[in-house]
Amino acid sequence: MTESVQSQTLPIEPETAVEFKHRSPWLDVWHQFRSHKGAMAGVSVFTLIVLAVLLGPYIHDIDPQYLDYKSKNQGMSAVHPMGTDNLGRDMFAQVLAGGRTSLAVGVTAMALSLTLGTLVGVMAGFFTRLDGVLMRLTDLFLALPILPLLLVIIMLFRDALRSVFGPEIGIFMLIVFVIGITSWMQTARIVRGEVLALKERELVLAARSIGTRPHRLIFRHIFPNVLSPIMVSATLGVAAAIITESALSFLGLGFPSDFPTWGRLLFDGVPFLNINPARVIWPGLAISLTVLSVNYIGDGLRDAMDPRIRGR
Amino acid sequence: MTAEMIMASDRQATSEPLLQVRDLKMHFPIHAGILRRQIGTIKAVDGISFDIRPGETLGLVGESGCGKSTTGRVILRLYNATSGHVILDGQDITDLHGEELRRIRPRMQMVFQDPHASLNPRMTVGSIISEPIDEHGILKGSDKTDRVEELLNAVGLDPKYTNRYPHEFSGGQRQRIGIARALALNPAFIVCDEPIAALDVSIQAQVVNLLEDLQEQFGLTYLFISHDLSMIRHIADRVAVMYLGKIVELASRDDVYGAPKHPYTQALLSAVPVPNPLVEAEREHIVLEGDLPSPANPPEGCNFCTRCPIATDICRKEDPVWREIEPGRHVACHYAV
Repeated sequence: MTESVQSQTLPIEPETAVEFKHRSPWLDVWHQFRSHKGAMAGVSVFTLIVLAVLLGPYIHDIDPQYLDYKSKNQGMSAVHPMGTDNLGRDMFAQVLAGGRTSLAVGVTAMALSLTLGTLVGVMAGFFTRLDGVLMRLTDLFLALPILPLLLVIIMLFRDALRSVFGPEIGIFMLIVFVIGITSWMQTARIVRGEVLALKERELVLAARSIGTRPHRLIFRHIFPNVLSPIMVSATLGVAAAIITESALSFLGLGFPSDFPTWGRLLFDGVPFLNINPARVIWPGLAISLTVLSVNYIGDGLRDAMDPRIRGR
Repeated sequence: MTAEMIMASDRQATSEPLLQVRDLKMHFPIHAGILRRQIGTIKAVDGISFDIRPGETLGLVGESGCGKSTTGRVILRLYNATSGHVILDGQDITDLHGEELRRIRPRMQMVFQDPHASLNPRMTVGSIISEPIDEHGILKGSDKTDRVEELLNAVGLDPKYTNRYPHEFSGGQRQRIGIARALALNPAFIVCDEPIAALDVSIQAQVVNLLEDLQEQFGLTYLFISHDLSMIRHIADRVAVMYLGKIVELASRDDVYGAPKHPYTQALLSAVPVPNPLVEAEREHIVLEGDLPSPANPPEGCNFCTRCPIATDICRKEDPVWREIEPGRHVACHYAV
């Protein structure tokens, strides 16, 4: 018996026989990702923005709130690379400070909406009994007019949260919450669809025939295999959250006026569009670049995580 | 007949069946319309009964969509049967749930058809094979690693490959990984759901021989589902022929292949080409007219009456009873003698 088993050991191609160090799928994803030019450009631009926002204020150390009436509405100069606003505040310092808030809101709100969306999607797809209820809930949220709803929520809760957590933290939590709670539906739908398809695949049947408990089944077999659409939603979600925050700030319902964000800077700059167009162009450019680079990263990730595309 | 074969058939005749299936039905509801009301049922498995004795291989043949795979899955409780009983080792497992069901799972395992779809692409071979061991907490640490290596050896794969991923293997090798996973819990009974259908012909023989070797080595009992009649002839001890959710004939391999009683079995066997071209040209084929009727709306009377060459009025009115025409030989046909 042993001999026949030995003789059955399949021949290995010479090249794989030499290379015994195994390559993980994540390494393959990284290799494929690196070959996506747009994604690599996106990564560089996004890294640059993050570094500038984090380290910039230490190099360009003008206080963004410092009022200098003598030099208001100035154009670009060595001292003020992006000019100054109507109160003489340095625009570059404000864009850097605003970026911290905008990126923080973008990433946190995305994480919240992704968690919600994945949870609802996996639950609806995996447990047939919950499917109807959860998907009708998703439809309900999709049917809500988002912007008026945001306005109402912010009007109702802004002051209460401000008094408890202070103006900055309070409004940050509120904005992250409202953006998160109103943007999870797409993720939930995509994830549910993927889970439904995956649930009928033989790998899930195999796990059930082994006697794998449902929660392990979800975490070991379902979740890793729906990760790629989730990752793509994540990158798109960052962009969407930054834009929604900008829209809220632009409407004057976001952070207080002495607390810069990119959307807030845009809002404040609009009345001065004729005198000083740079006040709108710079924060607008920052938003566009971030959104564009994150979208490209998402694009590259989607391609890299799909094994059918990998290697082309 | 050699002495060994006589002994084997003696043992099979006397021993208690390992698995008994009694009037098993699996009906899937069809929902339609805005309100998703149930408008009918797909009778995928519609009242089948058979026994499998320890150590034997029961071949289950039939054309696509006749309910073979569903039968295998209902027996393993991957679907909840509509009615009927599955009795394993004298224990009725049809109504077990939760932890009780989990505890009997190690007794029966499954080898799946598509080795690409049945292995999780994000898990290494080692973790795929050790998943059943982990789930039932049998072995830990180095014992577990040893067991995985032992299993890989048993299915003819190099234990060096435990850290590799399924996509780095060929179809035949992946099927071996699937077999190793099925063996991990020392099952008594394995459902092989078309384990060779997705493989090249050259690899099919390897995998079938491996399954036979393992059966001998570990005393396994197989339900071997296939549409490949010659492969069933090679591996099975007894053969059940399925048509539209029902078993039409069940007998020993030699009886089924030597003198088929049911007209459907006769038609199936006549479709198998004979290797000799002279014989093949002369041979008379039974060609069935029409298509398989929908399992949502099976014909009245005998399921096969719409395509049967010898059907008469009684076949269109009365469902033939499942009867034993000779010892160990069951047929469901009004005209079988």
